[in-house]
Amino acid sequence: MNQHVTAEVADRAYSTASEDVVRLTDLKRRFGATPALDGVSLTVRKGEILGIIGRSGAGKSTLIRCLNGLERPDSGEVFIEGREISRLGERELQPLRRRIGMIFQHFNLLSAKTVEDNVALPLKLEGRPKAERLARAAELLDLVGLSEKAKAYPASLSGGQKQRVGIARALAARPALLLSDEATSALDPETTRSILALLKDINRRLGLTILLITHEMEVIRSIADRVAVIDAGCIVEQGPVWSVFADPRSEITKSLLGGIRPQLPAEIASRLVPGAGGDAILRIDVAGEAARAPLLSDLADALPGPFRLVHGGIDHVQQQPVGTLFLAVAGNDENHLSQVIAFLKARQARVEVLGHVAGSV
Amino acid sequence: MSPVLFELLIRSIWETVLMTGASGLISLVFGLPLGLALVATDRGGIAESLWVNRALGAVINGFRSVPFIILLVALIPVTRLIVGTSIGTWAAIVPLSIAATPYYARIAEVSLREVDHGLIEAARAMGGNRWTIIREVLVPEALPGIVAGFTVTLVTLIGASAMAGAIGAGGLGDLAIRYGYQRFETSVMVAVVIVLIILVCGIQWAGDRLVARLDHRA
Repeated sequence: MNQHVTAEVADRAYSTASEDVVRLTDLKRRFGATPALDGVSLTVRKGEILGIIGRSGAGKSTLIRCLNGLERPDSGEVFIEGREISRLGERELQPLRRRIGMIFQHFNLLSAKTVEDNVALPLKLEGRPKAERLARAAELLDLVGLSEKAKAYPASLSGGQKQRVGIARALAARPALLLSDEATSALDPETTRSILALLKDINRRLGLTILLITHEMEVIRSIADRVAVIDAGCIVEQGPVWSVFADPRSEITKSLLGGIRPQLPAEIASRLVPGAGGDAILRIDVAGEAARAPLLSDLADALPGPFRLVHGGIDHVQQQPVGTLFLAVAGNDENHLSQVIAFLKARQARVEVLGHVAGSV
Repeated sequence: MSPVLFELLIRSIWETVLMTGASGLISLVFGLPLGLALVATDRGGIAESLWVNRALGAVINGFRSVPFIILLVALIPVTRLIVGTSIGTWAAIVPLSIAATPYYARIAEVSLREVDHGLIEAARAMGGNRWTIIREVLVPEALPGIVAGFTVTLVTLIGASAMAGAIGAGGLGDLAIRYGYQRFETSVMVAVVIVLIILVCGIQWAGDRLVARLDHRA
């Protein structure tokens, strides 16, 4: 397996001149009165995994489909490897699409073809000889771990196996870019993990640039290098995954992160009242160095006075610790509370007073 | 049954098989592309062209709305032009084909329309053109339905060929009318019915077997 992987890395080295595989400028697309894309500008760098996350209807599918010309923007530009493609005709797009592999939520494998014929199909469309097609299919099925299923039909495969075939097919023509359209949304959590691990592995070993869209933060967390958050057709936030996780700016990002970041338990949240009285509940966000420091023990040493950890956790995203802690600071002493906040802020933590809770937490 | 009648029966079977087979084949050759054209030119199709779609649909509906027995007579000049005569088995193949082609086009259209749009999109994303999408996706994916529809068309043609006796085409239907009914030869009538049942069952069985072999959708 190693030999062909090395060979691929070698041909890829000459494959692109520009460092940005994709560059979008002010992309707009309307369906009737509703804008699906409302001025999207974005770049995908060579070799990275860029995750685009948004709720359904946010414009993700329209965006990804603009990249291979399945959808045409009303205005704006789409550069693929430095070439503007949004005005190209269907015939000119065809050779270009062979530089772009795509995998789908529902796999879209041809039921009438065997697994190997499915994988070899992009090469058949290119007019390559049969022997070459089958050799390449065998190589790729080996890469995705499905060699023994070469002669099987897709209907006999599990969802995860079907997506592996989809991935092998998308790689057949040695693309410069892989588009993933909700590729794990129809899979169970365990299969999702194995598919994501495979994509990450392919990204690392082949240096393949991947752009994926998803509505699941977990997908972004596991494999993306950078994330862009899309809402109502606009990119509202983007950056390295760990920094967006550590410091989400927009409400939509916070809400999408809700599922995988610690949240104040509902029972406590329901008893929160604004203003003074009872225990103050603090939300503390730490990342990077601040999360590696002995923050809580330092706080206890510096400012005597009871506080309790109510809820929280520290996660590792792209090898960076990113944590959220909920502290209950006892007593009615506003002065003490402001000292605690000042201390934490001095240690690079972000602190927010959520409110106060009467009685014990 | 007398040897003469038996010989007539054998000849009639051959005529029916010839008419059904030839017009079936012709309807496949012309009907399948027509069905493809209907699907391709429709809204969201791979070669969207709504006015072509409507015009094709109208012509097909026109032919399908004329009762076969009328078509048989109305097409006599066309038949004479193509075959050179308007009487006999070969002459009957012309109206039979012209009736079966739009019929089969509609059946093929239904199967082709059922092909998941995601598959067409996947093929486009791979860089496929219209022709490769038809060859690699639409037809192979719809093939079980295309074959099943062809079976239905053949069985319908056996029925329609009975009417072709009206223009002297012979065949089993003609035999049953002229001998079984008009000359009170009950044994001929019974024999014809049995042969027809065997023919229809045989075609259906073969078609079903073929569909089962082609269908990998599980």
